[in-house]
Amino acid sequence: MSEKSILIIPCSGIGKPFGTISRDATFRVVDDLRKGKTETDCLSLLVTGDEEAIKKIQLSRCIAVDGCSLECARKNIEIAGGKIAAHFRVMDFLRENRSLKPRQITILDDDGTTLSKILAKKIAEKVDELGDLQF
Amino acid sequence: MTIKPKIGVVSCSGECCSLGTISRIATRKVLEDLKPRETVTICLPLFLAGDAGERNFARKFPTVAVDGCYKLCTKKAIEKYSAKIASTINVEALLDEWELEPPVSRRELTMKDMEVVARIAQEISHHIDLLEDGFDD
Repeated sequence: MSEKSILIIPCSGIGKPFGTISRDATFRVVDDLRKGKTETDCLSLLVTGDEEAIKKIQLSRCIAVDGCSLECARKNIEIAGGKIAAHFRVMDFLRENRSLKPRQITILDDDGTTLSKILAKKIAEKVDELGDLQF
Repeated sequence: MTIKPKIGVVSCSGECCSLGTISRIATRKVLEDLKPRETVTICLPLFLAGDAGERNFARKFPTVAVDGCYKLCTKKAIEKYSAKIASTINVEALLDEWELEPPVSRRELTMKDMEVVARIAQEISHHIDLLEDGFDD
């Protein structure tokens, strides 16, 4: 990964399906849709103040993917001195897709998987947009 | 009658590798299936992004930290922002000890991976039993 790559950080939320969706969508982009152009890192490393992780955040263009309105991914990136190039919230996508009712947290159900795919597609489009911009 | 406190179970959910996925799913299995009445959890990033209420978590609940790797982010974060943990699980160390490979994918686990998850969940559950036994002493 170059120092100007795009770093996608999901929220790691574990109490509701939205955190699982944020992680799943992030992995879809990083491991498949925009593999090689993007990377992710452990949000927990920012929580502990890991120097290497903080430096990486500060050198990257960051996309925060939050499950809920507490916005832990965005807040932790900003506390680490990173700049948010784009911010997504699973809750917003749920409002736009009211027929979907994700309920499972441990392993996503069909509605959760569908929402994850929708979100991943939007994140991938944003990665393309950011890739065209000067850093 | 003595009322036992609930046990906190907090996972790293590390996104770097599949070990974080194992720690997360095993934690959820404990919360949902093995010890639903005895356990509570909190999202780890809230220790930094949250407020005093969240940072009070490990003071209120004896907490088991479930870490995916040797970096031990959960243990470090809880002890930095909240209180000393009651017990710790290191998934990477357990897999080394059991001579098992971590999952290939961090998003989709195979049946074999889920067997590893079940074993880790049992280990967490055992740590909880030990803590609960200590309440009776």
